[in-house]
Amino acid sequence: MTAVSVDGVWKFYGDYPALRDVRLDADAGTCLALIGRNGAGKTTLLRTIAGFSKPGKGAIRIFGQEPRETETRRHIGVIGHGIAVYDELSAHENLTLYARLYGLPDPRRAALEWLEQTGLERVRDGLVREFSRGMRQRLAVARAFLHDPSVLLLDEPFTALDDRAIAVLQRLLREALANGKTVIMSTHQLREALELSSHVALLNRGAVAFHGACTAEMLADPGWVYARYGEG
Amino acid sequence: MRDKIFYGLGALGMLLLARNLYVIANFPPEAAQGAIFKIIFFHVPAAWTAIVAATTALVTSILFLTTKNFKYDAVAVASTEVGLAFLAINLVTGSIWGRVIWGIWWTWDWRLTSALVCWLLYAGYLMLRHAIEEPTQRATFAGVFSIFAFLDVPIVVMSIRWFRTQHPSPVFLSSTGSFPHDWTMVLLWNWVALLMIGVVMTAIRLGHEQTQREIDYVRRMAHAL
Amino acid sequence: MAVTRELPDVAVKPATAERRRSSFARLVFVVMAKDLRAELRTKEAVNASLAFAVVILVLFNFAFDLDDPATRTIVGGLLWLVFAFAGTLVLNRSFARELPNDCLDALVAAPVSGATLFLGKALANYLLVLAVELVSLPVFGIFYNVWFPFGQMLVVLALGTWGITVIGTVFSALTVNIRLREVMLPMLTYPMLVPALMGSMVLTAQLATGIPIWGESATWLKVLVGFDVLYTAAALALVETVLVG
Repeated sequence: MTAVSVDGVWKFYGDYPALRDVRLDADAGTCLALIGRNGAGKTTLLRTIAGFSKPGKGAIRIFGQEPRETETRRHIGVIGHGIAVYDELSAHENLTLYARLYGLPDPRRAALEWLEQTGLERVRDGLVREFSRGMRQRLAVARAFLHDPSVLLLDEPFTALDDRAIAVLQRLLREALANGKTVIMSTHQLREALELSSHVALLNRGAVAFHGACTAEMLADPGWVYARYGEG
Repeated sequence: MRDKIFYGLGALGMLLLARNLYVIANFPPEAAQGAIFKIIFFHVPAAWTAIVAATTALVTSILFLTTKNFKYDAVAVASTEVGLAFLAINLVTGSIWGRVIWGIWWTWDWRLTSALVCWLLYAGYLMLRHAIEEPTQRATFAGVFSIFAFLDVPIVVMSIRWFRTQHPSPVFLSSTGSFPHDWTMVLLWNWVALLMIGVVMTAIRLGHEQTQREIDYVRRMAHAL
Repeated sequence: MAVTRELPDVAVKPATAERRRSSFARLVFVVMAKDLRAELRTKEAVNASLAFAVVILVLFNFAFDLDDPATRTIVGGLLWLVFAFAGTLVLNRSFARELPNDCLDALVAAPVSGATLFLGKALANYLLVLAVELVSLPVFGIFYNVWFPFGQMLVVLALGTWGITVIGTVFSALTVNIRLREVMLPMLTYPMLVPALMGSMVLTAQLATGIPIWGESATWLKVLVGFDVLYTAAALALVETVLVG
């Protein structure tokens, strides 16, 4: 079943097309790695799929629904460039807040569970502003997975993670994929991404230069896609 | 062809203005206030033109928010700027008027005060636009602001008017004393002339906006290469 | 965690409208509580706001001869100038506090409507600004020996502050990531607030001279209520447009 469908999407900043006629699909249970140079439009595409901005032309469907529908948003988890947790609140307060916003039946328990999952249960009452970088990253991961989303949209999630956080995220992603969740992940860390991914899409100046299954060739030489389909 | 229409309109407007000036100059001076009273022929239509401009800005702002077509946003900003210019004319002529009659540069007469507050309102619109870099966000936020501003105009005018009935200050136009019919006609004709000039100014500003958007586009293309 | 799941039925809508309504109120409360908790933990904005208010109140005594009974009539104006300026310090923070760590993105992505976010934040701001005002009021009374009938003053505070809050919160969203935000917000907000500030000033001046707020056909009360209703409606309608590009 198609989880995420991007159909002829254009996104304009003023008159400038940041995304040009993007057509992509991601089936449930698959992981799509979005690669491309900086400025190619990976972040713009992810944000448009997540519903942060509307496409100028074309349509995006998540399980056949609009991304901005309230019910659809319940099933989307996002990790962007920022950790999206509040410095002045504790780890537990942050997760409880999001659990409530997502309408989880027992917010406090869900928050505790995910603090354990990400190894933060001992600092649950510590304020985020006192956390180390790695702890903040793990909290961000907990926040994204908290409401058991069916679609995970991750923007360069491995960038600036410490080893412990990388291990946590990889484990969670493998479990999610095994459970039939869908992951779309933009990345510069080709090796980590390709290990998890079933599909790859290369964006070049807002357009899809390549979209296909992840092959042995790519795993052996991650730069292969760039060399074959990229521009310089 | 489009340019020719606007040149024609501008020329027509200037001719009408010239003719009106001639007629106005030949009117006898007004009984109570003397020759300076004739400033009303510009003072009042300038305000009316500003209202037309503000309404245009509102309509095109709403149209942009619903269609995302940047042409509407361009008309909104052009129209707001022209409206601000005419409102400024209203304020300056009002100030001159007050100076001649009462020797003071400003009075908190309810019409002048309302005009000043509305001027500040729409000046805020331009300031907001200047502060936002990204074109889509700029147009969207400015559009929302424009709606808020327009909603405020009648409330501002009504409440300041009510305030001044409780706390009176010098007033220019008393409701007593009739306005001769032929004067009314010239007043309206002058409004027509100002409207024509306003439309031409808007068209010129629209041209600038279009050029600016093209430059923006080329710049972003260049960055992407 | 579940081992295997069926694909989610994302088209399912909540069963009854009533459940949706109480959920709206609950979510507004969650957002409001979050803002209040974050602010009260640091108290940055309220402290600055309160300090600012007290300083201006002190400065006023150099500008006016407030022992002269005739100046009781300008008292209403003074007080609301203080509230408007001090309030802006709180309102500026409103959406700006979502910027560090990109929290605004997470809020917009969450299944809460823009109206929910707006209302939650507006209510939090409202309580914070009211708190600053309620502390400033006795300070003002002590400094200038002007006291207001508390019940009626509360009504004026409630109505006037809501007007300031609604406009300030929306404009906080409009100015969230522009240059010179701290300067832009007041410059945009004050002209828009003229009717609300005027109404509040007149009613406060009335109270200072012993006239009840429903005196003189309660026109200014009506102006305040009308302003509040109109702009609350406009804000609720337009905030989604502002938050989702």
